[in-house]
Order: sequence, then C-alpha cells, then structure tokens
Amino acid sequence: MRKIITSMMTIIVIILILFGTQHYLSSKTGTNVSSDKVLNLYNWGDYIDPALLKKFTQETGYRVSYETFDSNEAMYTKIKQGGTSYDLAVPSDYMIQKMKREKLLLPLDHKKLTGIGNYDSRFLNQSFDKNNHYSLPYFWGTLGIIYNDQYVNAKDIQHWDDLWSPQFKNQIMLVDSARDGLAIALITQNKSVNDKSRADLAAAQAKLRTLMPNIKAIVADEIKMYMAQNEASIAVTYSGEASEALSNNKHLHYIVPSEGSNLWFDNIVMPKTAKHKAAAYAFLNFISDPKNAAQNAEYIGYATPNKKALALLPKSIRDDKQFYPNNQTVSHLQVYDDLGQTWTERYNDAFLEFKMTQR
Amino acid sequence: MPKSKQQRQLFYLMPYGLWLILFVVAPLVLLLFQSLTTQDGHFTLHNYALYFSSGTYLLMTFNSVWYAFLITIITLLISYPTAYLLNQLKQKQFWLLLVILPTWINLLLKTYAFIGLLSKTGTVNNFMSLFGIVPQQLLFSNWSFLLVASYIEIPFMILPIFNSLAEINPRLEQASRDLGANRWQTLRRVIMPLSMPGIKAGIQAVFIPSLSLFMITRLIGGNRVITLGTAIEEHFLVTQNWHLGSTIGVILIVAMVITMIFTRDRKNSRKRG
Repeated sequence: MRKIITSMMTIIVIILILFGTQHYLSSKTGTNVSSDKVLNLYNWGDYIDPALLKKFTQETGYRVSYETFDSNEAMYTKIKQGGTSYDLAVPSDYMIQKMKREKLLLPLDHKKLTGIGNYDSRFLNQSFDKNNHYSLPYFWGTLGIIYNDQYVNAKDIQHWDDLWSPQFKNQIMLVDSARDGLAIALITQNKSVNDKSRADLAAAQAKLRTLMPNIKAIVADEIKMYMAQNEASIAVTYSGEASEALSNNKHLHYIVPSEGSNLWFDNIVMPKTAKHKAAAYAFLNFISDPKNAAQNAEYIGYATPNKKALALLPKSIRDDKQFYPNNQTVSHLQVYDDLGQTWTERYNDAFLEFKMTQR
Repeated sequence: MPKSKQQRQLFYLMPYGLWLILFVVAPLVLLLFQSLTTQDGHFTLHNYALYFSSGTYLLMTFNSVWYAFLITIITLLISYPTAYLLNQLKQKQFWLLLVILPTWINLLLKTYAFIGLLSKTGTVNNFMSLFGIVPQQLLFSNWSFLLVASYIEIPFMILPIFNSLAEINPRLEQASRDLGANRWQTLRRVIMPLSMPGIKAGIQAVFIPSLSLFMITRLIGGNRVITLGTAIEEHFLVTQNWHLGSTIGVILIVAMVITMIFTRDRKNSRKRG
C-alpha cells in the first residue's frame, strides 16, 4: 500500500513540475508577443501553406494558433458547445447556412475588408450567404469523375449517365457520402441536388441502386490512394481529392460533367466565439491579398476564388480545365443547401439503404 | 489518515468508485437517456420503434451478428490448435510474445498494411503473378473483410485459451493416457473441458468487439459489409441524430450482455470437468 501511495505522489509531483514549467514557458514567450496579439484559426488539416502563417506573423505581429478539424460536423459541435475562442473557422457551404441560422456566426464588417474586390463575383453572393454578410470564399471545387486512361477511353466517360454503362462493371469507386451519391442520381433525372420531394428522392435512390453492379467499393478519403495505385479505373469524388490523386499518377484525369454537378465552397467565417477581431480582420485581408492567395492555392492545389490571385498562377494551373472548368460548366453547378434535420436524415437513410443493396 | 480498517478500506475504494461512476455508470446512463429522448427533449420510445420497424436496421443487426459469429468461429478454429501447440513448446513464453506482438501496433496501421498486401498491385498479387496468375480482386470482398478482422482478433482469442491450457496439470494428461484413452480422447474429454473457461473468455473478447467493427468494413470491405458500427458513426457524425445513434448503442450493449450470459463461467462446470 505504501508503495502505491509513494508512486501516486511521485506522479502528482511530476505533473505539478510539468505544469509549472509549462506555465513558466508560456509566460516567458508571452513577454515577446502579448497574449492578445494572437489569432486562433480553426481550419481543416493541412489546408494552408505554413509559410503564409509565418509571413502573417512577421507582417502583423499576430501569432497564429492553428487548430484543425476533420469534418464540418466536428467543427460545428465544438463551436456550438462553446468553451473555445476560435477567431476564424473554415466551414463548407451548407454548414455556413446552418451556423448562420443558429446564430453561431458574427457578421463581417465590409468596411474593414480591403481585399473583397479581388474575388471573382461568380463565387460571391452564394445562396448560403447572400451578399457575403458572414463569409469570404477560401477555396472552391466540384464533384466529378476521376478516370484512368490506361483502362478507360476519355470519350466513354463524359457524363454522369456514362457511369451506368455495362462496360464499367465492378470498376467504380463511389465516395461514401449521402449528399454526393444522391446528387449524381438527381442530376441524371434533371432534378435539383437540394430536392425535397419524397417521390424524387425515392426515384433517385432507385436509380442509384441500378448502379450497384458497377460499383467496386464505397469509400471515403482513401479514394485518392486507391486511384493512384490503379486499384480502380473510375472514381466519383471531389476535385480537391482528385488533384492529390492526379499529382501521384499521370494516367489519372478529372472531369466535371457539363450537365451539372455540385459546386462546393470552403469559406472563412468569424464564429461567435471570436475574441481577437482585429487579428481576424487582419488575417482576412492578408489571405485576400492576390499574392498570398496565389501562393496558398499553389500549395494546396485547390481552386482559388480570388480572381487576381488566379492571374498570378502559372499558366498550366490557370488553364487547367479540370479544376477551373469553363463558364458554361460552372453555370450548371449547384451548391448544396442545408436540408434541415428531417431531410438530412431522409437523404442519409436513403443512401444507407442503397449501400445495403445486395450485390 | 482514517483510523479503523473499514474506514481505510473505504478511503482506498474511493478513487475506484469515482472512476466507475464517472467513466462507466455516467456514460451508460447518458446513452440510455439520449436513446429515450427526442431532439427537443421529450421522453419517447420512438427511436426504438423506428429501429425495430426498419428493415434496414434489422438487416444490419443480422449482418453484425452473423459476421461477428463468423469471425469468432474462424479465430477459435485457428487459435485453439495454436494455443495448444504453443503450450507444448519449450520457450512458450517467447513464442506467446511473438503472437501478442501485433497487438502493440495500431489497428489502423495494420489495416493499411493489409491494403498494401491485398491491393491489385499489392504483394499478394505480385507473388501470384510469379506463377502466371493474373491479378485478382482481393480487396472489397466479404472474404478480405473476414480475413483482416480475424487476423486482428486472433491474439485476443489465443491469450485466454493459452492461459487456461497452461493451468492444466500435465499429470492429468498422463493419467488419462495411462487409463487407456488415446490422444484424441484425452484432448476431447480432458483438455477441452478443462480449458472451457479460456474458450469462453476468448469468445467474449472476440465476439463483442466484432459486433461493432466499422473502420475495416469501409477500408477493406469497401462498404460491402455494413454493420451497426457504420450506422452509429453516421448518426453521430453526419446526421447528428445522437438519439437514434444512442438507441443503436444501447441495442449493441444488450447484445453484449446476452453474449456474456451465454458464455458465463458457471460454477458447476469445474466439477463436471
């Protein structure tokens, strides 16, 4: 018994020493940068060029504390429950709508935004945030098809309906996401990706079920790895994932079907937990700067909504129709709305039932 | 310091009691509470009604139990002979260590390693092509799922069986042989009944976690195998209907309790042995 108590005591003493050291260290660094010269940035993992964070600190004096999340829902839960002090976060379109409705966002003062004129007007004023009251676009992208030219002819796979072709039996990888899976079926039936009719949803599910013989697997982020390893010849996934896969395998190509697809956004917002607003505005203006935005886009590989930044990018990126599709294709793209709890569940149940379809 | 022995005992029990209340009882109560309420906080049995009237969830439950059953049988068939042979070896602790070693590696890493082995351009297919066999589709099948899940669970089956076999007095085996039983009869009538507690512990250690496996179903099974773990993940992460997710969680707990009851080590089993 005595041994246990001694060891417990030792552990407690060690914890106290560590705590004291940490406190000492943080107070020491605090003398260089005062504690309110900080910016708490809440972003997706590896979603900014780290060199830019350093540059930002050098230019403005704000130290960036960068925390990451791996899904919109995880970020939403953390901000909703409070206890955090994130000054800026980067949710996707439908989540911005949901957070806005639940009053989790602070409106942006457009007078303090010096760089808003740099953005392409096609990517401003979206349905989820009219007049960009609450958000500035960070990156955008599409849902599309990756194919491997060793196994598939480009002309055989240009439209969503081509996925149903019997020649692709057991060859397609589908992203494991209810919205995206059903969006494909809805688009082929000329319906909106935000359709709220039970009959249309049932029809979309039935259509998707007929795709099952062609589906090899329903997976998530692993798609980029599998495609780079030639595991499958076709995959349906997001442009961001595609750009990573393409950079690892020169036989891969990405297309956005011209009849329509999903257009997604990751926008920067100021959650109501923000404490360092001056720092937040400084960062928003910093990242809107064409040079910085271009550097970031080159590092991440996603499409930038910053028009002036796009002009600074190398020609090979700027003219890449895979990731910067032409105006006509862009005009057919649709943004996801937040469907609300009931319909989110209906979409997910429909997709789950589809996944349970016997093969 | 408390004086009487009883007080002292109580004092030492406190951390354990607190631990149990905070990390075992409280989460269970919360789970049950969540499963019995709706989004706006009303008490209801609606979630359970939804669950039991939905063909999808019932089929998924059946899938979970069926695959957990298969995994348990496969691991048992492999582990019992292995544990038995391990016990005959001289350096048995060393060999046992080798069997246990893979459990020190993170589950996800092991799964990714299997992707490298089983993929179209993976090690297995490369090896087969030496004999002129064209690359086969190994990933994303029920078989690959069973293979990986069984591989991961095997140490948890071997360990309890090994321990219960090691406890058996070797003289009992000799006595059985002296009295005219052959090897098979000795194994069947003496060793197996005496190692029953180990088998039951192994079944518990494998069957229960297998019920809610979910990462492997997607990574290796490509969502061809869908178990309740998938549904729980979806309700907590995507639809954010924690109430229905909790309901499925409660049902899994009930399934586990049933397993525990069936594989309970009855007191009289020793006597019969």
